[in-house]
Amino acid sequence: MTTREQLIATTFVDLADTLVADFDVIDFLHTLAIRSVELLDVSAAAIMLADQRGGLQVMASSTEEAHLLELYQLQRNEGPCLDCFRSGRPVARPDLPAMRRSWPVFTERLLELGFACAQALPMRLRSETIGALTIFRVDQEPLAEADLRLGQAMAHVATVGLLQERAIAARELLATQLQAALTSRIRLEQAKGMLAERTGLPMDQAFRAMRSYARSHNTRLGEVAAQIIDGTIDDLPGGDASRPPT
Amino acid sequence: MVHDARVSEILSLVVADGGQDASLPVRLSVRCLSALPVSGVGVALMTDDGPSGVVLAATDGRARHLEELQFALGEGPCVEASRSGRPVLQPDLLATGPARWPGFAAAALDARISAIFAFPLQVGAIRVGVLDLYRDTPGQLETAELADALAFADAATVVVLHLQDTDGSGGHPALAGPIDSRAEIHQATGMIAVQLGVGLAEALLRLRAHAYAGGRPVADVAADVVNRRLRFDDSASGGERQ
Repeated sequence: MTTREQLIATTFVDLADTLVADFDVIDFLHTLAIRSVELLDVSAAAIMLADQRGGLQVMASSTEEAHLLELYQLQRNEGPCLDCFRSGRPVARPDLPAMRRSWPVFTERLLELGFACAQALPMRLRSETIGALTIFRVDQEPLAEADLRLGQAMAHVATVGLLQERAIAARELLATQLQAALTSRIRLEQAKGMLAERTGLPMDQAFRAMRSYARSHNTRLGEVAAQIIDGTIDDLPGGDASRPPT
Repeated sequence: MVHDARVSEILSLVVADGGQDASLPVRLSVRCLSALPVSGVGVALMTDDGPSGVVLAATDGRARHLEELQFALGEGPCVEASRSGRPVLQPDLLATGPARWPGFAAAALDARISAIFAFPLQVGAIRVGVLDLYRDTPGQLETAELADALAFADAATVVVLHLQDTDGSGGHPALAGPIDSRAEIHQATGMIAVQLGVGLAEALLRLRAHAYAGGRPVADVAADVVNRRLRFDDSASGGERQ
């Protein structure tokens, strides 16, 4: 197998592996975002999930810019992710003028942040759409067909993974998994705030520092958040990953 | 009705029910019992280590017994809900309960309890308690019932969180409203916890109290904290310094 094929195989195994005891939804969704960037010809990716309380939540993103663009879609109530979630179907536009026609405000913000194309793939199982994977490109053409199919397959496997659990109906799984996802998301924000205050770092750099700490210590983001909150970790080297840990 | 509006409605109803005899958790449990097809409702305090043994409300003896049992045994749906941070829905205790919680299931079945639904009351890392619904007959909650149970759980989270507000500075829970999931509110909570050297629960209460006292949305105050325009410190007045 080529390296790419190996990464694809590993990704599908990781996305299907949700029945482990220490399963962490946020880590899982970050894996989906990061692998989307590694495997597809895209610059950034982000995931929104419906939270069972009638709202969409940004759950994970490969970069802070992607996160901001997702929030912007929610604030302005326009963009490919929202259209995708509402319709349950993939949403893309052939070029920039078409994007501008559909989402004028969002497209301006997209360009400001250095992207020229955004499209969204549904996270959907049968009739239930639980969220969307949004991918961002620097080129204005949408993703080529083969990459698009791979991206959709990843989103699908991740959805099945999120919804699977033995002997409980899908809607209950949704309620319980999404509750857990929301709780870990909030815990992450609380930890970010604590770290930002202790270090004086801006919020996005505090988050980057947490992520690079998680990577270099081969631990989960959720675990790093828990340790920041309980005081086990009381400082992290600044968001710059090149600085050695102290 | 959208979720947050329902949570606000529940909080208003619980506050309006009035009467000095019944505590807010008790009034909430009574409301929950009448809104949902369940036989009993309980609210218990939880700590990071598990059940605290403190039952804040129980609509009947069996609901209280269920909570106390889990404290004694250290196992059961509430314990699991609190530990995992997710609701535990057990529509048929006889079928799957004994394998999951041997001691608890036997005692619960003895008490003729057939289904149990436990909802963690937590805000990220802040664990305040568990809302427990049980029923004499097996069967799942319907989609709309589950949504309403989640709304009661969110309302109960506000109520129990505000019980910890000993000096009452957090304002009335109903007036302060549901806890928003917006990122900045929880980032600000983390920052305030460090600024004041207090736990996250108290930091969240202080944030809500500040917003309430100033008549501002909590999200606005949170944005000021995150952008470092507002710092909380423990000055003698107990107030916050701009």
